[in-house]
Amino acid sequence: MKISLTGAVFGAVMASAVYAGEVLPTAVAFTDGAVEQSLSGMPGDAANGRLIVGDKKKGNCVACHQVSDLADVPFQGEIGPPLDGAGERWSEAELRGIVANAKIMFEDSMMPSFYKTEGFIRPGKAYTGKAADDTFGPLLGAQQIEDVVAYLTTLKE
Amino acid sequence: VAFADPVDDTLVLNEETEIVTRTAAPDHLSDSLDEVMSGWLFRGKETRAMQADDFDNPGMIFVEQAMDSWNAVDGSEGKSCASCHDGLETMAGVKATYPKWDEAAGKVQTLQMQVNECRTERMGAEAWPYDKGNAINMEAALSSVSRGLPVNVAIDGPAKETWEQGKDMYYTRTGQLELSCANCHEDNYGNMIRADHLSQGQINGFPVYRLKNTKLNGSHSRFKGCIRDTRAETYKPGSPEFIALELYVTSRGNGLSVEGPSIRN
Ligand code: HEC
Ligand code: HEC
Ligand code: HEC
Repeated sequence: MKISLTGAVFGAVMASAVYAGEVLPTAVAFTDGAVEQSLSGMPGDAANGRLIVGDKKKGNCVACHQVSDLADVPFQGEIGPPLDGAGERWSEAELRGIVANAKIMFEDSMMPSFYKTEGFIRPGKAYTGKAADDTFGPLLGAQQIEDVVAYLTTLKE
Repeated sequence: VAFADPVDDTLVLNEETEIVTRTAAPDHLSDSLDEVMSGWLFRGKETRAMQADDFDNPGMIFVEQAMDSWNAVDGSEGKSCASCHDGLETMAGVKATYPKWDEAAGKVQTLQMQVNECRTERMGAEAWPYDKGNAINMEAALSSVSRGLPVNVAIDGPAKETWEQGKDMYYTRTGQLELSCANCHEDNYGNMIRADHLSQGQINGFPVYRLKNTKLNGSHSRFKGCIRDTRAETYKPGSPEFIALELYVTSRGNGLSVEGPSIRN
């Protein structure tokens, strides 16, 4: 399901950071674990996605995955499979589904769900150890997911 | 990946006390693990070596401080720990059985709770704050005289309900990252998670002196840190939840030697 806000005037007075064409975390449509539609309504930026994947404060995907293309990022984890060649193994829609909520593609996966806002047990306020408050949002924003997906599609062996 | 596996090494304390750092998993774990391993096996060579000799183990400085409090009179009754218990060495073997059910209190008590029971009920002194200074130092002292003895906490009888609660917590995926203790310490020990080499998260070595903060750290404080890292709301050291989790996690190490104060990153 797509959230479409009609008219730029209406969009401009919205308090929340929901942009025209953005799919809310609660409204993502999965088909066999894949998501066809861009979550932001925009194409992704692979160069920015590359930064997000390697950045401890953003995707921190390298906490669990090795990526040869990110040889400059030290200390890559080995919890999940190396992401080399992910763009060959998976379609763009599958990659979007995996990054948005990997537990739909891989049952009980240890991989966190990066575009999800509900159904957590004792969610916290980031890494403070305190309870979540009204600043709670998905781990990555819609455009960040698109950027990561765009980067992953470039990973060919 | 070979470099990330636990090392093949043996720990002998002060050239005399053999420490069991890997052994067959206790029966209650037989569905999930064959072997249980101390966190010592997952640390670097220098960190491991520091723990082999009490003169090199910075944790022992805090044990010495606890020896002073052991002999110090405190509270309205004019007593010290030594007034009733003589030397600290009379406590050999005690740490290996904690947390345990306390009939009079009607609940499972950790070693720190037992010490505070003696302070408040028998010495007329104030309770020591959980996992802090005096309390953690005394736990380390009590542990030091049990080193080499096998961890052996009871999980049946009246302790069972608390143990079950701890077990539920161990396998519950909490926080925004939806990770359970088991995800990291049962399914992935030996693997690197970013720069960290995952161990089995055993607490036979607690309290631990951490090179990172240069003081003794209690198991509840470690639990708190791990839960915080799942982007979850944590519990407080000394809380009923962490008491239950301590009993359960300790029982996963039944058979390993008491090792604290140990040294970790
Ligand atoms: C806490 C660990 C963890 C983190 C963090 C993590 N993943 Fe994963 N990921 C996994 C695991 C484990 C799998 C294997 C799937 C399964 O669970 O069976 C996986 C699978 C994948 C796959 C499919 C792998 C393949 O090639 O077959 C992709 C793509 C992927 N992850 C991308 C990412 C991206 C992008 C991020 C960050 C935005 C990320 N992961 C963060 C653990 C993680
Ligand atoms: C006035 C006497 C008295 C003083 C003072 C005292 N204790 Fe105790 N302690 C006892 C008694 C009696 C028990 C047994 C309680 C029980 O079985 O529940 C006990 C039990 C213990 C135990 C548990 C032993 C076991 O086998 O489970 C520990 C540990 C302990 N005390 C430590 C201390 C420390 C540390 C101090 C000082 C801070 C201290 N005690 C001060 C009387 C005392
Ligand atoms: C996201 C991964 C992760 C999760 C989830 C996690 N831990 Fe940890 N834990 C670590 C890392 C990393 C370390 C430091 C390296 C090591 O000793 O394993 C650690 C260390 C520990 C240690 C210290 C072990 C030692 O020998 O010094 C204990 C105890 C521990 N964890 C218990 C727990 C418990 C109990 C839970 C659940 C409440 C938990 N952990 C959840 C990652 C995790």
